[in-house]
Amino acid sequence: MSLLSMDFFRNALLASLLASITCGIIGTYIVSRRIVFISGGITHASFGGIGMGYYFGFDPILGAVLFGIFSALGIEFFTRKADLREDSAIAMLWALGMALGIIFIFLTPGYAPNLMSYLFGNILTVSLTDLIFLTLLTIGIAAFFILFYRMILFISFDEEYALTNNTPVRLFNIILICLVALTIVLNIRVVGIILVMSLLTIPQAISNLFTRHFHRMIFYSMFFGFVGSMAGLIFSYIYDIPSGAAIIFALVIMYGIAKMYFVVRKAMVK
Amino acid sequence: MFPLIDIKHITVGYDENIILADVSLTINDNDFIGVIGPNGGGKTTLLKTILGLLVPISGEVVFHDCMTEGNHHRIGYLPQINNIDRKFPISVSDVVKSGLMSRKRIIKRYDKKDTEFAGQLMQEMGIYEIRNKAIGELSGGQIQRALLCRALVNQPKLLVLDEPNTYVDNRFEKELYEKLRVLNENIAILLVSHDLGTISTYVKSIACVNHSLHYHPGNKITPELMEAYECPIQIITHGQIPHTVLHTHES
Repeated sequence: MSLLSMDFFRNALLASLLASITCGIIGTYIVSRRIVFISGGITHASFGGIGMGYYFGFDPILGAVLFGIFSALGIEFFTRKADLREDSAIAMLWALGMALGIIFIFLTPGYAPNLMSYLFGNILTVSLTDLIFLTLLTIGIAAFFILFYRMILFISFDEEYALTNNTPVRLFNIILICLVALTIVLNIRVVGIILVMSLLTIPQAISNLFTRHFHRMIFYSMFFGFVGSMAGLIFSYIYDIPSGAAIIFALVIMYGIAKMYFVVRKAMVK
Repeated sequence: MFPLIDIKHITVGYDENIILADVSLTINDNDFIGVIGPNGGGKTTLLKTILGLLVPISGEVVFHDCMTEGNHHRIGYLPQINNIDRKFPISVSDVVKSGLMSRKRIIKRYDKKDTEFAGQLMQEMGIYEIRNKAIGELSGGQIQRALLCRALVNQPKLLVLDEPNTYVDNRFEKELYEKLRVLNENIAILLVSHDLGTISTYVKSIACVNHSLHYHPGNKITPELMEAYECPIQIITHGQIPHTVLHTHES
């Protein structure tokens, strides 16, 4: 196949595999724990870091990592202590990050190259460096979830109960929210800020139709995420449309088909 | 009879809002205490303080030696069912085993003995057949059973229950109280409820919590008692049961 022989396509293939694994695990965690909105806040806050990267001349993704981690820790800390209503506080952070990003990019002299790829992602321009970081993250997340699977499951299910058992809930929450931030930021290269949340939620929504078990949701999500990415990648190649948008579109279609299957099956049983 | 926990003059509150003022209570090994009182009177706050989820502003909760094992207190806790996310993807047996969390080192898997005991508990509570189902597929009563197994799997010395009779059917409610009566032969029980009528036949003593705590070493609830302790409560009954409507007292 001529597609496979192209370096950029091989990178794209690897990137979607790694994105599916990281988003499969972390997405299942955020969906189960109902922190999708918090994750959305972290995603958009990280745009501030991208803007600063442009302005000060360092790698925008590095800026996004810093902003992502700090906003994650900020949410983890302030939503417990401060009087602010949690959702309002997150919305504020969400908008603040975007505003900072826009201001810095505006102040940067000249044209901002690749800006669109940060907003909407471009899996075909994923670099070797991106892949190395994504691989490291994949290994880190997989190891953490394999080693501490039960602890993560129990804390997510009933944090209060975990606290009465004297388990290190706080430490786990901090590590997990940092892993969420890292997953989001590194996957920005793949599908972009605007679309990354869907990679963390749509495969889980599809999986949730098939299973109600945490570990199965993780594996099913990886599978659906990968199939969706592949399908999107092929669409984007054939019709020459942006890959990020094509991937999300493919995932939503998959969800529609799966949902329809269950609706029809339910109707048949009756 | 020996003491498990001494609550000594605790004052608990959030910010400037004091919910419990100068509350003292001793829980003994064979106690079955019904905690009653109006909503917002501090019943749940008292529980959370005993469980270590809230730290008193002043006073202290003293745990006697037999209540401590390793790094945790030997308390089993059954939270209000609406604290639980029923759509969370977790199986019944995992919910039950999560009660063993504190005993296991973080990574260590369960040994055979733990799994057997968890299975035995689930069998006793009639949920062994559905152990692999996700909690989202269960009824309220079945979830309560799973949560009760979770509370018991770590072999606690004290079982704390927060409104276990909300959202469950009458059959389960009766079963639950009978189960508690049997359990009480070996462990102490602290039961929070707004349904005074039902609990009074099962509990051995009553603690009325309304900002302060009044302990009554008996299970007879009379209007005189309630009035004497300035404890306005609600009794819900059906049919031809004589009842008294109590006045609200300013305490």
